[in-house]
Amino acid sequence: MTEPLLKVEGLKKYFPITGGMLGRVKGQVKAVDDISFYVNEGETLGIVGESGCGKSTTGRMLMRLLDPTEGKVTFDGQELTSLSASDMRKARRDIQMVFQDPYASLNPRHSIEKILMEPLNVHNIGDPKERKRKVHEFLEIVGLSSYHAKRYPHQFSGGQRQRIGIARALMTNPKLIIADEPVSALDVSIQAQVLNLMQDLQRDLKLTYIFIAHDLGVVRHISDRVGVMYLGNMAELADTESLYEKPLHPYTQALLSAVPVPDPDFVREEVVIKGDVPSPANPPSGCRFHTRCPFKMDICSQEIPRFAEVEPGHSVACHLYEECRPQ
Amino acid sequence: MDERKTILDVKGLRTSFFTDDGEVPAVDNVDFHIRQGEVLGIVGESGCGKSVTSLSIMGLVPSPPGKIVSGEILFQDKDLTKLSDKEMRQIRGDDIAMIFQEPMTSLNPLFTIGNQLREALKIHKKDWSKNQIQERAVEMMKLVGLPRAEALLNEYPHQLSGGMRQRVMIAMALLCDPKVLIADEPTTALDVTIQAQILKLIKNLNERLDTAVLLITHDLGVVAETCERVVVMYAGKVVEEGPVHTIFNDPQHPYTRGLLESVPDMRFKKERLYSIPGNVPKPGSIKTGCKYAARCEFAFDRCRVEDPELYQTAEDHKTRCFLFDPKEAKPNDRTVVES
Repeated sequence: MTEPLLKVEGLKKYFPITGGMLGRVKGQVKAVDDISFYVNEGETLGIVGESGCGKSTTGRMLMRLLDPTEGKVTFDGQELTSLSASDMRKARRDIQMVFQDPYASLNPRHSIEKILMEPLNVHNIGDPKERKRKVHEFLEIVGLSSYHAKRYPHQFSGGQRQRIGIARALMTNPKLIIADEPVSALDVSIQAQVLNLMQDLQRDLKLTYIFIAHDLGVVRHISDRVGVMYLGNMAELADTESLYEKPLHPYTQALLSAVPVPDPDFVREEVVIKGDVPSPANPPSGCRFHTRCPFKMDICSQEIPRFAEVEPGHSVACHLYEECRPQ
Repeated sequence: MDERKTILDVKGLRTSFFTDDGEVPAVDNVDFHIRQGEVLGIVGESGCGKSVTSLSIMGLVPSPPGKIVSGEILFQDKDLTKLSDKEMRQIRGDDIAMIFQEPMTSLNPLFTIGNQLREALKIHKKDWSKNQIQERAVEMMKLVGLPRAEALLNEYPHQLSGGMRQRVMIAMALLCDPKVLIADEPTTALDVTIQAQILKLIKNLNERLDTAVLLITHDLGVVAETCERVVVMYAGKVVEEGPVHTIFNDPQHPYTRGLLESVPDMRFKKERLYSIPGNVPKPGSIKTGCKYAARCEFAFDRCRVEDPELYQTAEDHKTRCFLFDPKEAKPNDRTVVES
């Protein structure tokens, strides 16, 4: 098997909580706590979870927009976590990001041409003439027209702005695109357009995606493999089909059963979980899900379950499956 | 036909905003009704007028620039649009209550939960004693499934999670036993597991208290799961209305069909999503013809000149589309539509 394009090992991010008059560190928010995964070239890895589970923090750490507290990120044979700031900037040519809010992520004072040319300037790609040609080319690729280049962000609708955000990410011909909730601010009909566009681009430009979202329907549609996060941990990671058809982790089961289905005749299997997500500043001991888990055992509050494969390609962190594992 | 009597009847409602560019109708000639104890869903994309409709019912349209230009909102034989501010205040929060999308911003951060719950009772139940008010507040907190009700009354909104705040909002709305509860995107800001809890609660309370619920949402999954009847809105107009099973199994209006097709379903993978071409039009930008004609794949000449009316296609099913006009020359092109 070939090396995966991106490999993440033991990634952690702790944010300090400071307080008191001297601003001493009183505690830590464990936003991401020891997660590992890989992404193969050309595939889409979906990452789902509820708010505060650490999915966005993970995305930002892969780009080193946030420096990890611990852990290793290897991209295309290069260890990103040990690069200097300037080397990292060069590496970002191959990793680009699409953000959630198409309203906030485009500078309102810059024309679309200027916005799209920026990555080319930063990475010193081509001469001015060529850059301009490229801007027009990519506007067409994402379904806008070259005459849009002279306009400003406020003249576009949400869906069009997200297309511009995608075009900006594509300007440097990246290998990997990290999309953080790229369609959650969009209406259903526009959301479908943007998802289709992303799939077409992946096919035509051989892109690899990490798709971070909270909408389980959207993630199923776009992903080849899906990881489910809960309170900074990876609860389960598997091929999309097996994750949705045969979820193993009680949290995944509950999450899937909570999604409203657009079919009034659908009768669901209910796995109701009570209560709210606990605070990541003071996470429960042992398995972080044990406070809400319907299958809680004694061991769950004491020992952190291993995140390991139960079946080929299907990993889960849950004590229920401990005996099914190769020791 | 449903026997339950109509409790709220909206007739020909037109709410406009008067801007520098002239009158912009956000809600344009909207008709619908809610029966006692029913859950009615209004579904549509942003800018379709669903929230302005609910604000119009509550008499909360910001004025100026907004104004109810014409139409009637009949509640218990009273036309809400004709009431004075004082009369409206008596109905609002008492007979008709509302919960909003943002549980974070709809509670006052400076007052305790108890303070805010009791305020509504002090205004609407003037003859109640302090004890009665306190008892009622505790009772409602328990009803919506909040733990340690008494203690929570002394806490401030920031001490609660999003799901708990939305429960407090629901408790507050139900304090005076409203006959109609308007829920405007009540779960949009919440996570799925919490959303499931809140929807269940709303449905449960609807059955127990026989409160009619007007649920406004953009999420077709939420509609399918909670509503009995659905009103689909597009660009300020009702484009289709019918029982939830009919709308989802036999949608008629091309917009409803497109919308249903474009939702990624969690249960199976479609190779490619259907997507409606174009964008949601800005309110007031389309002056003639059917508002959906520019994005509709079945549009013909008449659609671009004439505005279709809401055609009755079955006893309880209405569609605003010329394809269903009994007088249309090519009647019942249903086979074409379905292919």
